[in-house]
Amino acid sequence: MSNLFNISPSPHTHGPETTDKLMRGVVLALIPALLASVFYFGTGALIVTATSVISCVGFEYLIQRFILKKPVSITDGSAVVTGILLAFNLPSNLPVFIIIIGSLVAIGIAKMTFGGLGNNPFNPALVGRVFLLISFPVQMTTWPLPKGFQTGYIDALTGATPLAVIKEGIKNGESLVNLMEKIPSTLRMFLGNMGGSMGEVAAIALLIGFAYLLFKKIITWHIPVSIIGTVAVFTGILWLSNPGSFADPLFHILTGGLLLGAIFMATDYVTSPMNPKAMIIYGCGIGLLTVVIRVWGAYPEGVSFAILIMNAFVPLMNLYIKPKRFGEEIKNG
Amino acid sequence: MFKTFPSGGIHPPELKLTGSAPILYLPVPETVTIPVSQHIGAPAVPLVSKGDYVKTGQLIAAGQGFVSSNIHSSVSGKINKIDTIIDSTGYRQSAIFIDVEGDEWIDSIDRSSEIIREIKLTTPEIIKRCQESGIVGMGGAAFPSHVKLAIPSGKNCNILIINGVECEPFLTSDHRLMVEKAAEIITGVSILMKALNVDNAMIGIEANKPDAIACMTEEASLVRGISVHGLKVKYPQGAEKQLIKALTNKEVPHGKLPLDLGIVVQNVATAFAIYEAVQKNKPLFERVVTITGKSLTNPGNYFVRTGTPIVRLIDAAGGLPEDTGKIISGGPMMGKAVNNTGVPVVKGTSGIVLVPLEDAKRETIKPCIRCAKCSSVCSFNQEPYLMMALAERGLWERAEASGITDCMECGSCSYVCPANRPILDYIRLGKSTVNKLKRERNAK
Repeated sequence: MSNLFNISPSPHTHGPETTDKLMRGVVLALIPALLASVFYFGTGALIVTATSVISCVGFEYLIQRFILKKPVSITDGSAVVTGILLAFNLPSNLPVFIIIIGSLVAIGIAKMTFGGLGNNPFNPALVGRVFLLISFPVQMTTWPLPKGFQTGYIDALTGATPLAVIKEGIKNGESLVNLMEKIPSTLRMFLGNMGGSMGEVAAIALLIGFAYLLFKKIITWHIPVSIIGTVAVFTGILWLSNPGSFADPLFHILTGGLLLGAIFMATDYVTSPMNPKAMIIYGCGIGLLTVVIRVWGAYPEGVSFAILIMNAFVPLMNLYIKPKRFGEEIKNG
Repeated sequence: MFKTFPSGGIHPPELKLTGSAPILYLPVPETVTIPVSQHIGAPAVPLVSKGDYVKTGQLIAAGQGFVSSNIHSSVSGKINKIDTIIDSTGYRQSAIFIDVEGDEWIDSIDRSSEIIREIKLTTPEIIKRCQESGIVGMGGAAFPSHVKLAIPSGKNCNILIINGVECEPFLTSDHRLMVEKAAEIITGVSILMKALNVDNAMIGIEANKPDAIACMTEEASLVRGISVHGLKVKYPQGAEKQLIKALTNKEVPHGKLPLDLGIVVQNVATAFAIYEAVQKNKPLFERVVTITGKSLTNPGNYFVRTGTPIVRLIDAAGGLPEDTGKIISGGPMMGKAVNNTGVPVVKGTSGIVLVPLEDAKRETIKPCIRCAKCSSVCSFNQEPYLMMALAERGLWERAEASGITDCMECGSCSYVCPANRPILDYIRLGKSTVNKLKRERNAK
């Protein structure tokens, strides 16, 4: 026999999906939100994103190459996704050195110490974001107001996010009706014309990304829908019980990065559960915690904390919440 | 709306290059190598010795015990030797080597092309004939048919399901058989219905074979109780339990057999073989094999005598392409890679697929990103990533509890994994180890 043939167990064919393609898909789904943030906050948004992406990828390279001395895997795109998501959770005028610190925490502490891609229990971008929120509270909550496209960082025009306006106002005894007049209209919030982290403001851009992710089957509906649904129901009950002191569900859904969190952060493969039943429980947990933190907690917005807290339960959920197997007998009574 | 099974499944590119290629007769080769074990169960014991002259269709090895199968000569000629070979599954076994002389058939075989629809044999005679003729399941597993047809006392069969799904990419042997031999297959189904004493037979065919659905529907309309069902194209619909779910919406309970639901499943090629055995008295020594591959100049479907080395098929299809990197006996999802072209065609060989070198290699394994795509395509609703991790770490008890032995090795998890992880390889390791541990436990 002149030929040598390959021998391997079946299957002898492989589907088109690769890790790199999935990550590229997520990056593409984030593009509309990036464009929206450039539209509202100017080139500052680009500077923040570029800094974050370059430093995330850079730190991953340095750690793999010089500390772990392992093959470098930055081309898989996971560090790019982390970089964009971290940037989207930051104000568009954050000093560059703070962004670099955030990237180091996200990649170095939250991802590489656990063994790199696939092994980190907590969402790296959120760990970076929360670290910065606690370490640099002033810079992290000084939000530039959208002033249309402009170049450079915006210094002067800053303001609070709608959630912060409501939270502070209610604490100071103002009535909700008055406060609602101080915040942008629902339509303006839907389009993203409000203060906030650069990637979280434009609901419409995030929903376009969501549609793309679903269409490409990169994620399933379970986590985003259960988070948004839980927030809608919970805040709806509060609002109906006392419209004078609780904001309506639509306000809660459009503000504070809920959509960004539900669509892009909570659905992170590595840190979310691996079967539909557990995904729905995880999503409901995030929704509940978000509302509890927003309404009764110290911070005006709670999506980041809610996701990180639920991340901690994911290994347990994967262990104890199991799909119903084919042919498994349904227990009677 | 076509029916299908609800959870999991994939849709790999169909690549049915030979769907419209009529079945040709491959010339009888100069030598054949007939393995004595072409079925599940005990190997047959040779009845011939070196120098004997045998005729085409003559019994040359007898099945040992109930779960075994007779082996017949596929050619006429002299026995050259009985020796050990490495078969298409990679295991060593005995085989009978025959040097072909002419093509003299035993007299009892009816070689006319007339279609005989009237069934004269009684139920026990049909089962006996299947056993004598060495009929086995031709969908892949090669389980002796007479065992499947002999319903143990206390059990009842009320639905016969005929598998014409052929969900593997590339393969078209069942497809062509249904188009060209529909009358024979439907008569075979009637024979099976008589043998099992059932009034109802359902034939499942995937929607990518509209001509087969049309031919089979037309023939089935002449017989009471046989219905043809188009199914949505989805792999692994040809798996017994998934096909039952698709057609009847019944789930075979964990650890049970289809018969526990009153169902028996047979393949269309098996129905054809049973027709030939019962109506024409022809033992199973010939079957349809698809020879295909992206680089082949002339892929096609052939009636091939068992024991024919696959190189004969490859030559008929235009010769071995330069770029061949892998030869698969069976389909690309569940077939076995063979290491040489001398491997013989056996009763369970549905196709030979030649894979170009660039498609024959596996990509680099990357870390699991926990995307859960493997779980979402598992048609048993299991968690392949977990079973792999448990087998990788040697946690056999937990692997057993995870239901690892239920896996039927369809390979959808490995196919879909974006990180190219060898999920099924590890599940196989886990399955065999858990089964070994179970046997040891039961032996105590």
